[in-house]
Amino acid sequence: MRDIKTVVVDTDLLILGGGMAACGAAVEAAHWAKKNGLKVTMVDKAAVDRSGAVAMGLSAINQYVGLRDGQNTVKDYVDYVRNDLMGVTREDLVANIARHVDSTVHLFEKWGLPIWKDENGNYVHEGRWQLMINGESYKVVVAEAAKNAIGADNIHERIFIVGPLVDGDRCVGAYGFSVREDVFYVFRSKATLVAMGGAVHVFKPRSSGEGQGRAWYPPWNAGASTYFTLKAGAEMTCQEVRFIPVRFKDAYGPVGAWFLLFKSRATNAFGGEYMQERRDELTNWVPYGHVKPMPANLRNYLMLLDVMEGKGPIYMRTEEAIGKLAEQYKDDPKAYKKKMKELESEAWEDFLDMTISQAILWAATNTAPEEKPSEIAAAEPYFIGSHSGASGAWVSGPEDLAPAEYFWGYENMSTVKGLFCAGDASGASSHKFSSGSHAEGRIAGKAAVKYIVRENPTLPTLSDETVEALKEEVYRPLANFEANRTGTTQPDVNPNYIRPKMFMMRLQKIMDEYAGGVSAQFTTSRPMLERGLELLGFLKEDSEKLGAEDLHELMRCWENVHRMYQAEAHVRSVLFREETRWPGYYFRADFPNLDEANWHCFVNCKLDPVTGEWQMMKRPILHVFAPASDHELVGG
Amino acid sequence: MPSFVNPEKCDGCKALDSTACQHICPNDLMVLDKETMKAYNREPEMCWECYNCVKICPTQAVDVRGYADFVPMGASVVPMRSTDAIMWTVRFRNGNVKRFKFPIRTTPEGQAEPAGGWPTEPDLDSPVLFTEPDSLGLPAVWTRN
Ligand SMILES: Cc1cc2nc3c(=O)[nH]c(=O)nc-3n(C[C@H](O)[C@H](O)[C@H](O)COP(=O)(O)OP(=O)(O)OC[C@H]3O[C@@H](n4cnc5c(N)ncnc54)[C@H](O)[C@@H]3O)c2cc1C
Ligand code: SF4
Ligand code: SF4
Repeated sequence: MRDIKTVVVDTDLLILGGGMAACGAAVEAAHWAKKNGLKVTMVDKAAVDRSGAVAMGLSAINQYVGLRDGQNTVKDYVDYVRNDLMGVTREDLVANIARHVDSTVHLFEKWGLPIWKDENGNYVHEGRWQLMINGESYKVVVAEAAKNAIGADNIHERIFIVGPLVDGDRCVGAYGFSVREDVFYVFRSKATLVAMGGAVHVFKPRSSGEGQGRAWYPPWNAGASTYFTLKAGAEMTCQEVRFIPVRFKDAYGPVGAWFLLFKSRATNAFGGEYMQERRDELTNWVPYGHVKPMPANLRNYLMLLDVMEGKGPIYMRTEEAIGKLAEQYKDDPKAYKKKMKELESEAWEDFLDMTISQAILWAATNTAPEEKPSEIAAAEPYFIGSHSGASGAWVSGPEDLAPAEYFWGYENMSTVKGLFCAGDASGASSHKFSSGSHAEGRIAGKAAVKYIVRENPTLPTLSDETVEALKEEVYRPLANFEANRTGTTQPDVNPNYIRPKMFMMRLQKIMDEYAGGVSAQFTTSRPMLERGLELLGFLKEDSEKLGAEDLHELMRCWENVHRMYQAEAHVRSVLFREETRWPGYYFRADFPNLDEANWHCFVNCKLDPVTGEWQMMKRPILHVFAPASDHELVGG
Repeated sequence: MPSFVNPEKCDGCKALDSTACQHICPNDLMVLDKETMKAYNREPEMCWECYNCVKICPTQAVDVRGYADFVPMGASVVPMRSTDAIMWTVRFRNGNVKRFKFPIRTTPEGQAEPAGGWPTEPDLDSPVLFTEPDSLGLPAVWTRN
């Protein structure tokens, strides 16, 4: 067996992940840490310049409230989010992010992110809350500020975090391994901030070959936040809320520019417009069916109804939208040409800044959007609590906004002491996107420093046996492979271990078929979910037999263990909530309706890290603002 | 593919400790073949086509071939990234070419100043973040009345 070194790193605040939320945490915490003589350490599995969901870049900042210009109020944003999530949202958390997010966006601009301005120097909006940016280097710029704040020496890259160190009711650090050299890492900390993103490839993607990597959500975020917080014993929320975006089919390019800038319509193959033709269906989902804008899942649902009736393919009517523009400018061909050039560049930038694959696909299919429409489709389910999903840890709200039931001392602290969560890692505070995740990271970063200063927690003492046991567990897949590899002539096929790729495919097949994936048209039921859990049980047992040839494959093994826990939290939560609240994201065939009387609440869950037992519970929805009347629901 | 490497152009980053493409790939896909001293993508089906390896390669050895299981052959999308702008050349299957140029940042590399030049407010107990309220452009952080 190879010789693996152990390195112990001691710090005050440990930030796990290097994405948007983590970079926000670093920038903010660095300031307060310096004032109080504390050390901040950041750990990422990749290079923070280009890690996380923003690694490729983005073409828009999706959360900007515009408080300074009086464009909107904090309450407006809360109304929007609550409505989009069919009433299930932590208003205190959403309001807290909304009151700080503009400050973060203004910082991005100072740091060097080009935000579009109109001739009067005002930001150019894509929609009510969205700002247009030249975002190719968005992540580079944001990472740079974080690096300049905490110092490059305090950033550890290419270390894969496996799980938490727990001491009684406290989280006291993390353990993981280098994917470059034979070094096992133990980080001991006074407070730990989790921001390791959401999860993809829990469900089978639509593509089955080389294109599997082209999920909408980046393949490198694999459920580490969920695993970490579950294993620390933290209460989790909204684990049933998955996100399924509708995008250009196969390459998943963004549709925002087409809907918003070109004012394009989407129709079925026969020219029918499901958003109009199926309007009556919305009355089945009131009050949320009648709010404006229509919740994203309901838009998906109306489209899926067309698909299931055999009315596909569904098209973005690009040719019609451009035709309409031409019509508008028919007396001024020069102005039309200028306008078209401008829009064309904007539309391509939308792809090139954040989904380059879509540009390749259009080029490879000779797509001339002015001549023919392009297909759109629902992707597969993802877990991204910062976007239109909501899954994550159940965290404390801010003292001045949170109802007593939602407040336990420090903003964004989970139910485990010293464990803070932000971005995709914190739940029930959807629609924070890149900017809101950064702002939430800042909130959590400051709160974590406050926790350290006030509580003065101690670093844990770890016995050699504890460290050795963790190390043995982490590197077990390497040992499994090593011990058995010569047992067969083909290393992929061996009765004594399972390699991570097939393990992932087994997980995806279970989720796809039993938990309402693409093949099941996002539909499931109690018997299906229970059978899924049974199969997940075998998978969990077999996870002991994962085999890895090298450190890269070892990372793949642990990513899939993380995904498996995300999967189980999801299945159990979908099973517990006996209604259909988010048609278009998933459909419970045995409870096909919204049930406000019984299920207007949060579904939370908890894993006992010692016994492995799951506990499911309801938590009440409490308001920061007076409960919305029907009038507000429609107007919000 | 996912990304692929042109063996004529790749010089293995002159045998440095870590090659540029290996350093940057968010999914740990790019590796150096120690025998040929050329880089390759070890798991094409886990590639997001994020182009970070393409943009960073000092010899322009990395390119992307659209996913073979759904993208027809013959197109290419090639970036040239400088310190303040990126230029894209999109070549269609039918030979058409489009070019686009976009700015990427407004400050010199390395110069992002964490506080953005705003005064910082040192009160750990309030809900005010370190650059606020100035960075909000408001006299105070909103709270419930
Ligand atoms: C395709 C797409 C388009 C989007 N478009 C927009 C948009 O136009 N505008 C907008 O505002 N928002 C957009 N978003 C949303 C935005 O990207 C996210 O809300 C934001 O990135 C969430 O921040 P985060 O810090 O939680 O996660 P991320 O930014 O994804 O960061 C997660 C970090 O954790 C690290 N990590 C993961 N696992 C481990 C591990 N085991 N050990 C160590 N480190 C680990 C990763 O390397 C990464 O650095 C988009 C998202 C996607 C996927
Ligand atoms: S960055 Fe370019 S030159 Fe360097 S190893 Fe990679 S492909 Fe070769
Ligand atoms: S395109 Fe992105 S994911 Fe693919 S190999 Fe290059 S850096 Fe890695």
